Amino acid sequence: MTRLIDRRTGLFLAALALATLAAPLVLPTHLIPLMGKYLCYALLAVALDLCWGYAGILSLGHGAFFALGGYAMGMHLMREIGARGVYANPDLPDFMVFLGYDHLPWFWWGFASFPYAALMALVVPGLLAFVFGWFAFRSRVSGVYLSIITQALTYALLLAFFRNEMGFGGNNGLTDFREVLGFSLSAPATRLALFGLSAAALAGCLILARAIVTSKAGKVLVAVRDAESRTRFLGYRVEGYSVFVFTVSAMMAGLAGALYVPQVGIINPGEFAPANSIEIVVWVALGGRGTLVGAALGALVVVALKSWLTATFPDLWLFALGGLFILVTLALPNGLLGLAARFARPRPRAEVSA
Amino acid sequence: MRLLTLCLALWLLPGLALSQSLDDLVARLPLGDYADRAAVVDQIGRTGDPRAAAVLEALLDRALEQRNVDGRVVRVTGGRGAQTATDVLTGEDLGPVASRSTTAIRVNNGLRRSIRTALGMLTLADPDPSRRRAAAEAALRTPDAEQIDALTDAMAAEDDPGIRQALSWAHAAAVLASDAPVADRMAAVETLSSAPALTVQSALNPYREAADPALAQAVSRALDAAASRQAVWAQAQTLWFGVSLGSVLLLAAIGLAITFGVMGVINLAHGELVMLGAYTTYAVQEAIRTQAPHLFGWSLAIAVPLAFVLVGAVGVAIERGIVRHLYGRPLETLLATWGVSLILQQAVRTLFGPTNREVGTPDWMSGAWQLGEMTLTGSRLAIVIFALAVFAGLLVVMRHSAFGLQMRAVTQNRAMAANLGIRTGRVDALTFGLGAGIAGLAGVALSQIDNVSPNLGQGYIIDSFLVVVFGGVGNLWGTLAAAMGLGIANKVLEPWAGAVLGKILILIFIILFIQKRPRGLFPQRGRAAEG
Repeated sequence: MTRLIDRRTGLFLAALALATLAAPLVLPTHLIPLMGKYLCYALLAVALDLCWGYAGILSLGHGAFFALGGYAMGMHLMREIGARGVYANPDLPDFMVFLGYDHLPWFWWGFASFPYAALMALVVPGLLAFVFGWFAFRSRVSGVYLSIITQALTYALLLAFFRNEMGFGGNNGLTDFREVLGFSLSAPATRLALFGLSAAALAGCLILARAIVTSKAGKVLVAVRDAESRTRFLGYRVEGYSVFVFTVSAMMAGLAGALYVPQVGIINPGEFAPANSIEIVVWVALGGRGTLVGAALGALVVVALKSWLTATFPDLWLFALGGLFILVTLALPNGLLGLAARFARPRPRAEVSA
Repeated sequence: MRLLTLCLALWLLPGLALSQSLDDLVARLPLGDYADRAAVVDQIGRTGDPRAAAVLEALLDRALEQRNVDGRVVRVTGGRGAQTATDVLTGEDLGPVASRSTTAIRVNNGLRRSIRTALGMLTLADPDPSRRRAAAEAALRTPDAEQIDALTDAMAAEDDPGIRQALSWAHAAAVLASDAPVADRMAAVETLSSAPALTVQSALNPYREAADPALAQAVSRALDAAASRQAVWAQAQTLWFGVSLGSVLLLAAIGLAITFGVMGVINLAHGELVMLGAYTTYAVQEAIRTQAPHLFGWSLAIAVPLAFVLVGAVGVAIERGIVRHLYGRPLETLLATWGVSLILQQAVRTLFGPTNREVGTPDWMSGAWQLGEMTLTGSRLAIVIFALAVFAGLLVVMRHSAFGLQMRAVTQNRAMAANLGIRTGRVDALTFGLGAGIAGLAGVALSQIDNVSPNLGQGYIIDSFLVVVFGGVGNLWGTLAAAMGLGIANKVLEPWAGAVLGKILILIFIILFIQKRPRGLFPQRGRAAEG
């Protein structure tokens, strides 16, 4: 029986707690939302690692679940602006007034309530993943085909959210948020609270993911990953396990998106871009697929590298990212954590096969 | 002064009675009364002189005046106080004139009619066929009973059948506008009903409520026939747009059908290989512009083999450098090739800049043809033909060449092929190179219809994967069917769903379709499918 919190996870959680407590003392206030954003990305990476690393479902559309969660939160924040918008309309967000809506579309109902919006940030991505996974896994669509249709899914959503007629603000998305639950989003205390929440969400989801993968179901998932047909012949209902993990993973992505939006202050259809989803995959691959902690670390490393490179050498960023993809796949099949483990132990661990 | 000119003209007349030169006719314009002038205008119309139209137009605009000092006919332009005169025939600048120093040549309505008729005759007799056609079409647009005779003459003199056809329609429209007997006008309706539907509608619509019931009935019958004919052609046009879009998809996907379909390699850098092909075209055209502008018509012919070889070489390098190490690990291949695509994009951005590059279209490809009632633009037509040619060429290579045989042998049973002495590594590299080279060819074609920018490939990668998967992996005919099917479906959906929504519907359809039939429209059967 594998322990729920193994040494790696324990170390990571301790470091996370320490860093979260230290951040407000060490870092200037304006960097706090940036750190919170990084933690959301780390959570997103953990979500993807749960379904890719343990169930072999390489989703190239996880950015879509992230964005849907973000939109759900963004819709609440838009409603909370109320009559303080440019057009001072208490019922309609500015962009709807601008586009000539005379009433709130039905799918915006309820988003004035925070608990409802928070629920939707989990339910909408979860439901989409459940329906999508239900159809896909039951038809035994797997491997590359699954990756391609998840990519098509996020692409279709990208096109849809760009349309003004959809009622989500078209290509400008949702922005100009003011406050959440009555706390001003620009106040340092709110920012700090959101940062702390992001850290707590990351820690919580990490423990949840560990709980899943160390359970009996987790063993079956690994069996599905490594030999799907054999698992099926042993009598397991493979699609049930796959749908379950895919849905949980999508809900985690939605949570990450919901925490991300109040900290960056905008959500727009660009988040659905297929390239974003593929970038998540490289975080996981760099950190170490099937390690959870590695995925979070990978996200933090790549995102920090991106912030630094795009600011100092903007032309180099894509070269670096592209090179990273190639390097990781060719030289580091088990990611940074695999490399660390190889130095720690003389005998290399068995490689995770695709 | 006027008298003097008149004497001069009379003195000159006998010698020039038969072949009146334009100069003399112009000199006679100010003379006599309106009837005399109409006669002169008529004669000017019959000269067929290319300079005559300008004279008549100036007269119509009341810009023609006679200089009091020497009786010379000049064109006066410019507002009051700043008038200048130019010679009406040579355009020679004669300097500023005071408004009192010239006398306007006056026109009345009767004379105006004569001028218009003469003008119509002049352009209808123009030696340049395209101007004659334009004149015939103009006459059709603004039917004028006055022009009936001119059109009859022009029809008799015309030897280009297309222009004669246009003239006969214009003639019929003019007859319809005249007060000719009903029988003649019915015949005109009959003649007009063979014209393109839009022409029929614009020419006949005013007579829907004609006083004569038989005529009105004939008109509405012809209009109905035109409307239904147009509906059929509109469908044909939609189909053509669909085929055209399908060819673009086919070009983009067909290289992928090799690398993904035959080899099973997920090459996410495929779109960037297409983009490299487009930039090759740009580079070739730049070189031609600076070094040898007269070769511009050949630029695409030069770019096609160059793009194939260049992009194919890039493909071989990618296979040998990266993909080779990742066989059997499709998801890792996907990631590594995505990395390659980012690097290629940024490399092109660094080399050529982030903005769109201008790629010209050679003359032989621009222009449009009319097929029935639909318009085929040259570049679209060329792309359809090119896509089908590439497809056919690829089929021949796969089926009838030693390389194609080896390629199929290696993909079906690598170990056995190696045992039989096939150098599988070399075949892998060349197969990947072939797929990449075809992507380069697609780039040359797409440079003609799309913006050549570093992001060019991004727009095609998802579509091309969907085409290959939809058609059935490893099946070239499936790729063709899927590309054409999706292209046509897209264009059929577009009018009622809008371009973006139509595209979303197609994506949803494909997602659902793949769930139902994961191996595509035409799945591979037998052992090859098991791998």
